Amino acid sequence: MTVSVTTSGSGMSAQRVSRIKAVGGLLRHPAIAFGVMISAAWLVVVLTVHWWAPYDPYESVGERLRSPNGDHWFGTDALGRDVFTRVLYGARQSLPISVAVIACALLIGGLLGAVAGYFGKRVDTVVMRLVDVTMAFPPILLAMAVAAALGPGLRNGFIAMVVVWWPIYARLLRAQVMAMKHKEHVEAAVSIGATRSRILRRHVLPLSFTGVMVNATVDLGQVVLLTASLSFLGLGALPPAPEWGAMITEGAKNFYQWWIALAPGLAMVTVVLGINFLGDGLRDVLDVKVASK
Amino acid sequence: MTGSTSEGVLPGEVQTGSETPLLRVRDLVKSFPVRGGVGRRGKSFVQAVAGVSFDLSRGETLSLVGESGCGKSTTARCVVRILDPTSGSVEFDGIDLNGLSADDLRRSRRRFQMVFQDPQASLNPRMTIGQTLSEPLHIHGVDPAESRDRIRELMSLVQLRDGDLDRYPHQFSGGQRQRIGIVRALVLRPELIALDEPVSALDVSIQAEIIRLLERLRDQFGLAYLFIAHDLSVVRHLSDQVAVMYLGTIVESGSNSDVYDNSAHPYTQALLAAAPIPDPRIERTRPRIVLAGDPPSPINPPTGCRFRTRCWKAQPRCAEEEPVLADPGIGHLVACHYPEASNVITSRPDRPIGGAL
Repeated sequence: MTVSVTTSGSGMSAQRVSRIKAVGGLLRHPAIAFGVMISAAWLVVVLTVHWWAPYDPYESVGERLRSPNGDHWFGTDALGRDVFTRVLYGARQSLPISVAVIACALLIGGLLGAVAGYFGKRVDTVVMRLVDVTMAFPPILLAMAVAAALGPGLRNGFIAMVVVWWPIYARLLRAQVMAMKHKEHVEAAVSIGATRSRILRRHVLPLSFTGVMVNATVDLGQVVLLTASLSFLGLGALPPAPEWGAMITEGAKNFYQWWIALAPGLAMVTVVLGINFLGDGLRDVLDVKVASK
Repeated sequence: MTGSTSEGVLPGEVQTGSETPLLRVRDLVKSFPVRGGVGRRGKSFVQAVAGVSFDLSRGETLSLVGESGCGKSTTARCVVRILDPTSGSVEFDGIDLNGLSADDLRRSRRRFQMVFQDPQASLNPRMTIGQTLSEPLHIHGVDPAESRDRIRELMSLVQLRDGDLDRYPHQFSGGQRQRIGIVRALVLRPELIALDEPVSALDVSIQAEIIRLLERLRDQFGLAYLFIAHDLSVVRHLSDQVAVMYLGTIVESGSNSDVYDNSAHPYTQALLAAAPIPDPRIERTRPRIVLAGDPPSPINPPTGCRFRTRCWKAQPRCAEEEPVLADPGIGHLVACHYPEASNVITSRPDRPIGGAL
């Protein structure tokens, strides 16, 4: 549908330059650079750990409950498995599922919220009451209830977390869309005869997503913690799996072998910190209001 | 340049008598609900437009003038159906737009378009100019080759380069963006364009350029303009008819010279007296009319004449009886109980002035 009259394309390159500059400014801020580094490091771990991890995460590779030493940097657990290896493999459990939870919640909640905000009236009432009901429960309680009803396992934990998380994006996107739908460029789209779904897709949604993306990034850390919490309570990943929350449960059973719980705890701290710094940086770059302060 | 259903009408021809005008607005009312505060029950309404009627012929320009909040933009939005009127009728080329189904209305939108006040806000920042301009054509099923030709032709008419099509709105100046907005309104070859203060967000130096461009396009394409302005001097040499609005109603309307040189409503006279004149001799000696206070709230308009709270001629009758828009014997319509025709611009009644403004 585009009329492409190709020319020098100087406009595009100007935009690319400004984008590169923005990223450069982002990295100059120490906290943000730190966040980017940590997030990138964990991403590398998720993608490549099977090539270089020192041991097999499921095999007993040494004495039981050995304290940290040169062979086992974070010691071994009650079954003699290497804790360091298991923590690294744990990233493969927690991080992809957290990203998937955010993505699904964003898709479902965002879509419902956008439709509610755009069409208003009865659709809005129904969606928003559903949001209110869901948000009336403490998140961990609701997630536990859903996960318990479906049975333990990472897949059901995932469903439980999406159930808990979608209303956040429904609310956010509804507010964004409601603010957006009275903008002049939307009125212009009405006047050229665009259908309502076209207006929503092309003129409202693309512009409403920026702020929501920042929120989603920051939320990622929260979801990592929620995943671990569910596993800690025995409702997420099932025992042999090297999942951080489940590992902390094991650590709680062997209270004096502090390294078993400390290692996955440290992993979570770094992941959440890294993601939060990254999210704050994104907000500074994308949100003019905060940046100008 | 086809698509017009009524035959034998030349662009720019002023029509009179029984001929159907291009646009016929009758008793247009648009009210918005006002949310009450905490604990306040029941909805109240604000009548932004409280019964407005006018005709507009092909190729003609009608200017709606008034201060901000008087309902002029709302009127324009009801005419091009960005807003649905609460009551009253808008007939376009004899077709009552109220009676159309949603799809028929969408299809007929190609015949009336709008240019917005803020050229930055009215362009989607995520779409290139090419995407923005081809979207209306795509929606209305114009084939791509034809679309390209139309866009190229119009781009050169408003002095934009073809290369600009690949750029984004933020890469243009305010005047350029407004020209893009004008091209978007023109690509569908409409018969009517509502212009909502198209120059008031622009630098003064660019305003004249855009006005001249609009004039040229009108004459070339035989367009009818519904021109919204808060400043009488901007619309003077562009319009054929002028209607002055105050608090949701038209208080005076007539041809350009009727309203400018022979205004009879005190509000019109106040507006004209407020516009500066680039001749210091006239400017120094002409009478000053300074209105006291702000316009009253349209949620709770005054009884009788809506202007009486700020009018220096108000009599007890003005509070009791709402004046109707009628001709008091001066050749154009005025809604006032005590109309006095005079030329406020020069303060010399009955003497036409030539190009003083």
